[in-house]
Amino acid sequence: MSKINTLEDLNKAAKRGLESIIPSKTKVMVGMATSGIASGAQEVYNALAEEIKKRKLDIILSKTGAMGMDCIEPLVDVLQPNKPRLAYSKVTAKKVPEIIDQIVKGAVNGNKPAYRMDEEEFICLNENKPYLKGPVPKDLEGIPKIGDVSFYKKQMKLATRNCGMINYESIDEYIAKGGYFSLLKALTKMQPDEIIDEVIASGLRGRGGGGFQAGIKWQTCRRAHGDIKYVICNGDEGDPGAYMDRSVMEGDPHSVIEGMIIGAYAIGSSQGFIYVRNEYPLAVANLQRALDQAREYGLLGKNILNTGFDFDLKIGKGAGAFVCGESTALMTSLEGKAGEPRAKYIHTVEHGLWDRPSNLNNVETWANVPAIISRGAKWFSSIGCKNNSGTKVFCLVGKINNIGMVEVPMGIPLKEIIYEIGGGIPGGKKYKAVQTGGPSGGCLPDSLIDISVDFDSLWDAGSMMGSGGMIVMDETTCMVDIARYFIDFLEFESCGKCVPCREGVYRMNEILNDICDGKGKAGDVELLESMSQGIVDGALCALGSTAANPVLSTLKYFRDEYVAHVRDKKCPAGVCKALIRFSVSDEKCTGCGVCLKKCPTECISGEKKKTHVIDQTKCIKCGVCKESCKFDAIIVE
Amino acid sequence: MKAKAGNVDIDISKEFTPEQLKKLDEIIAKNKDKAGALIPVLEQAQGVLEFLPMPILKIIASGLNLPLSRVYGVVTFYSFFTMTPRGKHTMRVCLGTACYVRGGKAINDIIKKELKVEEGETTPDRLFTLETVRCVGACGLGPVIFVGENVHGRLKPAKVKDVISQYN
Repeated sequence: MSKINTLEDLNKAAKRGLESIIPSKTKVMVGMATSGIASGAQEVYNALAEEIKKRKLDIILSKTGAMGMDCIEPLVDVLQPNKPRLAYSKVTAKKVPEIIDQIVKGAVNGNKPAYRMDEEEFICLNENKPYLKGPVPKDLEGIPKIGDVSFYKKQMKLATRNCGMINYESIDEYIAKGGYFSLLKALTKMQPDEIIDEVIASGLRGRGGGGFQAGIKWQTCRRAHGDIKYVICNGDEGDPGAYMDRSVMEGDPHSVIEGMIIGAYAIGSSQGFIYVRNEYPLAVANLQRALDQAREYGLLGKNILNTGFDFDLKIGKGAGAFVCGESTALMTSLEGKAGEPRAKYIHTVEHGLWDRPSNLNNVETWANVPAIISRGAKWFSSIGCKNNSGTKVFCLVGKINNIGMVEVPMGIPLKEIIYEIGGGIPGGKKYKAVQTGGPSGGCLPDSLIDISVDFDSLWDAGSMMGSGGMIVMDETTCMVDIARYFIDFLEFESCGKCVPCREGVYRMNEILNDICDGKGKAGDVELLESMSQGIVDGALCALGSTAANPVLSTLKYFRDEYVAHVRDKKCPAGVCKALIRFSVSDEKCTGCGVCLKKCPTECISGEKKKTHVIDQTKCIKCGVCKESCKFDAIIVE
Repeated sequence: MKAKAGNVDIDISKEFTPEQLKKLDEIIAKNKDKAGALIPVLEQAQGVLEFLPMPILKIIASGLNLPLSRVYGVVTFYSFFTMTPRGKHTMRVCLGTACYVRGGKAINDIIKKELKVEEGETTPDRLFTLETVRCVGACGLGPVIFVGENVHGRLKPAKVKDVISQYN
């Protein structure tokens, strides 16, 4: 491949890319992000390759990232010339011959696609390109349009604009979607200060959770003294239950890279780093490939786009420490040391990596930048709500019907995310709370279901936006146990540098364990409250100063559950083992013996066709009996 | 951070092949003068040796001209590094929030009971190493466990025994 130097070169690459996005022959795409692969997409891909070869068909087989709806993966998209794109859900290797049959016959029967797309959105180019000319074929009319599927209806994809749409291995497809045109515009038509002004005007706030104005940060870093400056991408996504950044790095790595090059030019940096969790091997592989491609095209390295601007990027891998998501700890880790944070009054934009000015933003923030540059600040700030422009990507997980990654305009009511996009709570159970912001965030109860989802409203409610985890809980989730879970997580991940976090969180964990074990004493709850304040005031970094949030917010909204544990020695949700016991209902037990066989501790006894008995001294309360009983005869109280 | 016990008296000539040790030397030589090289070196070394006992840390420390305390500090800080030998299969139980609220803890308790090991330990026959992880990002399949590269999703407590028996 020759280097790209001019607009014409870029247009040529875009033309090639468009021919592979909407080709003149049949294309089959498999959703091969980590979520897809975990559901079996690799086997499906192999089966498709084999079937296509066996039947000697002229079909393009391609890989793409995550569309977001994890609960219906593996996803296989079929795009035939002049037809809508069809998405087959929950595909297994077994179903592959049938799908190929349908492609060959050109008719959908039996295996019905989950939805269809009639056109493809090209966000950065501000246009939609149709897959078909003319009306939708009669036999496909009954298949819902993607925009009518409740999961997608209220979504708006900016940061994840290309995820699940383009082949993540192809730079040409990225360019066809308008990629690297923003870079060309920035380098040839804009001064660094103009770019910064544009980003400030867009109102883009840091998507890693802090919500700090990205443009202001860039400006401060640009003005900082120093001949060498760094730009850094924080891809150390450690919050449990959150994988937005991974999805972007896997499904659209070039968007992050392009955003970083633009940022580097604006700030005056010639070297950048992308710090990725070691647990994300596919993200690392896809980023590495993308970096190589960009270098080959002359979009990275010396004399980018023949403008004289030099910039290069390296990947730094994390090694499994949650605290490294904190910016100062991340930079210490990049230096090859134990990732301990430091006090924030020394700003990293002035003294960061190797004591040089360093501008760090998170994956999603960087991915938004090319779209802002191409469509303008006015467009971006028209999306979302006051002081919260643009969209936010969330991972909607836990006790919810439609599990997956969603991107919504800021300010959307929480209710719409839970009940419309998420499809409500499974099994007819009652919604109890949603936990946002990861271990540093808090829980939002039913009374706040109408809350506007934006940085400021969530903060005021005692939670936070965080990086975007949204864990839904129902009536069978114990809120004290959840607080204990997060505190336990933070105790393990505390780096141990400062006393309030190291000792304070440790002690809170002890108290919470006591409460869950039925050993709670009067005054425990008050002690938790006062300790929380001490940690908030005294801890060195954000991990510590927000560590008390899960306790404070559950205390605020679910104090009665704490009281039930401490005073009545009861766990209302039936979770805390020391406070519950399993027994067999005399009325319902048929003596079938299934639980007796399944019990891992052999604590159930009884003759055939007679009520069985659980030996309380041996029972480990694992719940196997309850789950295996077909007659609902196991009582938990 | 929990400290990792490492056997100081381990005989590396018995534990590793000469080829493995040669590769270690190459990794050190290649990264010797690079800034921030320690973590990539440890990562590659673990890739070759599978675990990093104290004598290996000493080799790396002197090779990179760093104090042993710094190398030990980094190895014990990051959960990715291990100083003890690993089992043939690494069983990673996801305890991310999504898996946790969907019953991941009960799964973990049963696995511990069945394998008779605690988290971070290897079974005496070196067949399994049990680990817990905070979110593998397969939340749609929760509760989920990984055995090596294999995913076992939507796992029920009653099915744990079947999963374990698939591996030998």
